[in-house]
Amino acid sequence: MNDELVIAGRSFRSRLMVGTGKFPSAEALRNALVASKAEIVTVALRRADFSKPGSDSILSVLDPATYLILPNTSGARTAAEAVRLARMARAAGLEPWVKLELTPEPKYLLPDPIETLLAAETLVKEGFVVLPYIQADPVLAKRLEEIGTATVMPLGAPIGSNRGLKTGEMVRIIIEQSNVPVVVDAGLGAPSHAAEAMELGADAVLVNTALADANDHAAMAKAFSLGVESGRLAYLAGLGPVRQSAKASSPLTGFLGGS
Amino acid sequence: MHQEMSTMQFTAQTGKAKDSVPDSLEMLNSWPEDRIRELVLQATISDVERALQRDNLSAQDFAALLSPSAAENLEDMARVSNRLTRQHFGRTISLYAPIYLSNVCTSDCIYCGYAIRSGMTGQRRTLTDSEIHTECRALAAHGFQSVLLLTGDAPKVASIEYLAKAVSIAREHFVSVSVEVYALDAEGYERLVHEGLEGVTLYMETYHRETYAKVHLTGRKTDFPYRLEAVERAGRAGTRRLGIGALLGLYDWRIDGFLTAMHAKYLQKKCWQSAVSVSFPRLLHAPHRYDVEKLPTDREFVQLILAMRLFLPEVGFSLSTRERPELRDRLISLGVTHMSAGSSTRPGGYASCGDQTLSQFEIEDRRSPKEVVEAIRSAGYDPIWKDFDHCFHDA
Repeated sequence: MNDELVIAGRSFRSRLMVGTGKFPSAEALRNALVASKAEIVTVALRRADFSKPGSDSILSVLDPATYLILPNTSGARTAAEAVRLARMARAAGLEPWVKLELTPEPKYLLPDPIETLLAAETLVKEGFVVLPYIQADPVLAKRLEEIGTATVMPLGAPIGSNRGLKTGEMVRIIIEQSNVPVVVDAGLGAPSHAAEAMELGADAVLVNTALADANDHAAMAKAFSLGVESGRLAYLAGLGPVRQSAKASSPLTGFLGGS
Repeated sequence: MHQEMSTMQFTAQTGKAKDSVPDSLEMLNSWPEDRIRELVLQATISDVERALQRDNLSAQDFAALLSPSAAENLEDMARVSNRLTRQHFGRTISLYAPIYLSNVCTSDCIYCGYAIRSGMTGQRRTLTDSEIHTECRALAAHGFQSVLLLTGDAPKVASIEYLAKAVSIAREHFVSVSVEVYALDAEGYERLVHEGLEGVTLYMETYHRETYAKVHLTGRKTDFPYRLEAVERAGRAGTRRLGIGALLGLYDWRIDGFLTAMHAKYLQKKCWQSAVSVSFPRLLHAPHRYDVEKLPTDREFVQLILAMRLFLPEVGFSLSTRERPELRDRLISLGVTHMSAGSSTRPGGYASCGDQTLSQFEIEDRRSPKEVVEAIRSAGYDPIWKDFDHCFHDA
């Protein structure tokens, strides 16, 4: 079955994207990436040192032939900062893809919807493929889609919280209404969380902390990969409706007999 | 509704409702020492255990973790601290280095080697522009991308203009530049932010006013409220990182630790766009004239760091080379997130000047940055040099 994820006209076999922060070593990151089978890998521009890619513990692991390197603007507080970071990444030779992360408050790293919208407008006009990290806000998702972002990336829970799909109800509406791929980003702490997002119909998920913080990075990455695959298969197969009780055989109309 | 209204007040000038958020002094005054002591001393083992189970700790939970009862439970606290730190920061340690620009000081803080009457001999000097460049180059060669510029309290020598120039020079060599200088006014911080300043570190030294008055004899630093409010002024000026701390050894570490944490929480709400961080300077070395009576032991020091981590899971914790290598290495997995390495506490100490220049205090960890990096890796952590970008500054 051909079930590829298509973003901005580009196809990917994997529906698991991986973030590269918080790993204890380059080796741990490499092991996780390989086991995850991810094809899209996001890198914080604030962390990456493009002046010394060989000795940078993140960049040294990422072979552009294997991975689409998706630079992110984490730490940016304003649209102007995010735009500058995106341009810098393109100037450093990366493809013109950017994960917009406008997170002005450092405690929960929640996205600023206003600055995100402004930055997206500018970057789409400049020809970037824009993947914005957003609060699970269905109206904002539509507004971004109209601007021309390649995806929307609603959060499941605050970054790094491992709390799972706390925003499930709103993510469900976003998925229902979206014409661009919906990537559930942030807060997914267990493979079952990833599976849940995929069962709901998300097109992909992005995971970082859960892999970086695992004792066995490769094993956890594989577990997430299987979780994503499993959730996707279930979604495609068509899950049955959830019922409050066992479905009895027609106790009210049984007297009518067979038709 | 009624209650909500009672927390609002109307300002006559604008006619707009003004939120009556307390200022930092009010916040501090809302925690009388007796109250903190009561919370700490009355805490039982079961209070400690309850605090260990919680996600969002109350001030009372935090006091329990600072208590003598919790001292028996350090291993459990360490496990939670390790987990929370990993969750928020990963297994990483960010590296930075201090650059002392000047050791000239007009204040008389009796615990400090730079104090005007410290009795310490050694040259007093203030680096010239070209000496600052030389120092920066020497540090950058080790791989540092994040530096902290320090001076004594001497605004005539290390003026705002001087500091602005120093920040702009340092920015040519490093991605992230912070300062730890005397308390500035709002315009001063704005000026430095304009030059590309990322962070301000300013220790209150002690939050205990009586002790504060006893150890700060002359100079501008005697103005407690002005110093307390400085961090907030820095935040309002657009500084992204705000570092606070108490000099452990000046007063009861439990009281100062508790109030440091309350200050951190307060700043998180007040300066919501700035990342608050806490340092744990322990007064291991002081000039002869000052007898450090209240120095926390290693065990107490660790208890404080662990308790703080449980109360402030997302706050960065800095540890300097004041502490000895064996302890620093152990603290990597117990809550610390930022470490200095290969530090010199004298102006020109990296390249520009000889060792006749007066240093602020003795350092215990004399390892090179490379050796510290190796120690971090051996502990299973990734050393981070860069965690900021020039793009965050105005084009």
